[in-house]
Amino acid sequence: MRNTLTGSISALAVAAASLLPPAMASAEDYTKYGIEADLPGTCNYSAIDAKDYSGETLNIITHAIPVIGEPTALHAEQFAELTGAEVNVVHVPFGDLFQRIMIPFQSGQNAYDVLFYASLWIGDFNRFLAPVPEAYTNSSGMADVTDSFKGVATWNGQMIQYPMDGDRHYLKYRTDVFENPEMQAKFKEATGRDLTLPATWEEYNEVASVFSGFDWDGDGEMNYGSAEVAKRDDLMFSAFISRAAPYAKHPDVGGGFFFDLETMEPLINTPGFVRGLELFVEAQASFPPGGTSFGLGDEIFSFGGGQTLMSYSWDDAFIQAQQEDSRIRNAVGAAPLPGAKEVWNRETGEWDSFDEPNRAPYMTWGWSSAVSDASENKDMAFDFLCFFSNEANTFHDLQIGRFGVNPYRDSHFDSAFWQGLGWDADVADSYVTTLSEMEQNSNRVYDLRVPGVGQFMSSMANGVAEALAGQKSAQDALDGVAAEWSDIVDRIGADRLREAYANVVVLEDS
Amino acid sequence: MLKSKHFFLLPALLTLAAIILFPLIFTVRVSFSSWDVYQAGLDYIGGRNYARLMEDTRFWESLFRLSGMSFITVTLQYVLGFALALAVWKDMAGGRFFRILFLVPMMTTPVVMSVIWRTVFHESLGPANDILSMVGIGPVPWLSSAAGAFISVVIVEVWQWTPFMFLLLLAGLVSLPREPYLAAAIDGASPARTFWQVTFPLMAPISIGAIIIRLIEASKIMDTVYVMTSGGPGTATETPSYYIYIRGLREFQVGYSAALSLAYLVLMIIILTIIAKLLMRFLVGKDD
Repeated sequence: MRNTLTGSISALAVAAASLLPPAMASAEDYTKYGIEADLPGTCNYSAIDAKDYSGETLNIITHAIPVIGEPTALHAEQFAELTGAEVNVVHVPFGDLFQRIMIPFQSGQNAYDVLFYASLWIGDFNRFLAPVPEAYTNSSGMADVTDSFKGVATWNGQMIQYPMDGDRHYLKYRTDVFENPEMQAKFKEATGRDLTLPATWEEYNEVASVFSGFDWDGDGEMNYGSAEVAKRDDLMFSAFISRAAPYAKHPDVGGGFFFDLETMEPLINTPGFVRGLELFVEAQASFPPGGTSFGLGDEIFSFGGGQTLMSYSWDDAFIQAQQEDSRIRNAVGAAPLPGAKEVWNRETGEWDSFDEPNRAPYMTWGWSSAVSDASENKDMAFDFLCFFSNEANTFHDLQIGRFGVNPYRDSHFDSAFWQGLGWDADVADSYVTTLSEMEQNSNRVYDLRVPGVGQFMSSMANGVAEALAGQKSAQDALDGVAAEWSDIVDRIGADRLREAYANVVVLEDS
Repeated sequence: MLKSKHFFLLPALLTLAAIILFPLIFTVRVSFSSWDVYQAGLDYIGGRNYARLMEDTRFWESLFRLSGMSFITVTLQYVLGFALALAVWKDMAGGRFFRILFLVPMMTTPVVMSVIWRTVFHESLGPANDILSMVGIGPVPWLSSAAGAFISVVIVEVWQWTPFMFLLLLAGLVSLPREPYLAAAIDGASPARTFWQVTFPLMAPISIGAIIIRLIEASKIMDTVYVMTSGGPGTATETPSYYIYIRGLREFQVGYSAALSLAYLVLMIIILTIIAKLLMRFLVGKDD
């Protein structure tokens, strides 16, 4: 671990040095933590070193190693050494994480002080979380967090999650193929149009189709058009949201994407969502063998390993492709998710046509952290989270793909930082531009952050899976999902859900 | 008449009550509550969860699917297990080695083996399709088609649990009396006739026991499905255990999943009792 840390610090130092006034750097030597230069900040190494939590215990629950689990273990060890605290870290697989946090909450146990979990669970957990104190909301690290990720951490106007990751879905593609004249000619011959980055999901499917089933990179292995997360219980619901969003999220119609906020009537079976699902079903023809059962790990490996032309989802596949040992390093690009030229208008009940494709960036759920309201060590717990996400640690964690920490601060959208890691300027520019422009888009889509989100998403994933497997038509599958959603609304309570959903609509309509 | 010596039974009885009766009674109570992600605790909603269960087609479909899967896997396990047990029953070269070798799959951890098998069946990177492609077959959609996924789960189940059947049946064969075989040999019975007229009838009681035990275990199949297919594609490999897991632990519908569990328990008891009676009647010739 230390070797990894030390090895990756050179690039960090270059980037950090460009961001900071040299005089502000700490004089202390923290190299034994893999930090060549402590960076100024509210919770930097020297600030935490000055704290004494000897004799106190901090209990943390987090995801399994490596994603988030590995940086948690690393920074917990550092925090323990710096402060004298005893820090216990429990690693839990994703499938069990929700219930391992929820059961102590519901039974009134003070099991964990610090929690790392999926940010969309805020609708279920908010009652049990301690608000982030002003000292931390005013910290240097927090001031740099983008507005959208502050929004993700906020519930009813109060920050109750501690931002430490930023996630969104975007398009990843192979620049060496898109820029190859031979491939461009092949595409034109097949379709009669020039090869361009897909502006709509129809174009995405078309490009994927043309580049499926032959060896376009000359490595002796068959290549394919698209790698997507399509396995039912492996985050596939997020892939579907990405595909359906531009057809269902009308830029001029507010008041809810998944539900009509006023009536809490499900919109999941409206024509926009159905169109998105039909295209998802169609795209399967361009998946690699077994692609319909790809989980996130398979998708990362397929695109990051050079098997497929395009992909979309979290950062991981892109970071994987840009690792030093990747054979497609600097042969990839990032772009906004494809859009739609026909968008369902639920107010008029008609499709509206757009000359420029409607884009609806999906600010998908990522990792977040919080302190339990039942914790007796809240000060130490918030110090730990502040330390976890301090400037030096964050720049370090961003560089290691398997850590699962992705840009969420304005300073992370600096092309020079990524170029310092060996990325070509074009690649780095496309990456930071794509990510930062999503922050500016006013037609964003967020997850359904309400109580019972697991029930809603599980139901949706099952319906989508039935359509993908050919068991039902897209419309029938989503009609089934809508019926089940109505039952869930009845069980949990429309008013309770509306109050929670209003927090999501505020993010989408602002 | 209660005597002081009876109190010595108390610790064992209390332990029994704590680990068997309390969870069962508590589950019954939970099944009549609306305990879910937002409503924690034991309110009372009558039989609403059970009424919902009756209309839950996904649950009933998973039960039907499990019936087919269990029938196929246990039948294959019995046939293969019996064949292997017969093969090493009599003295043969390397018999002891093969006895141990045949037990290896059963001794491995199901989750770990499911991960290995998922890799084997990986459609573009796994060795299964590589090997088949050498003889011009494939690529086979092992995990991405409904039939392929179903067959893949069956293969793993058969691979993992045939040794259990082998072990029980071998123990039965070793304990058979020698006299019927001597009589069959004197009468000049062929090996096939000896098997059908002597071995199979003598093995019937232990066969029934082995089949019932395996059916009970097969009805709880969860880890293989969880790791290999997540119940997919669509719902092609979703079993009741996996479905209850989703409702209970993924979606945190605690009350409803308790009702599902109890209904499933009662159904299994009824079905397995009927199967045991039928097997006794047809293989042994009596009901008890």
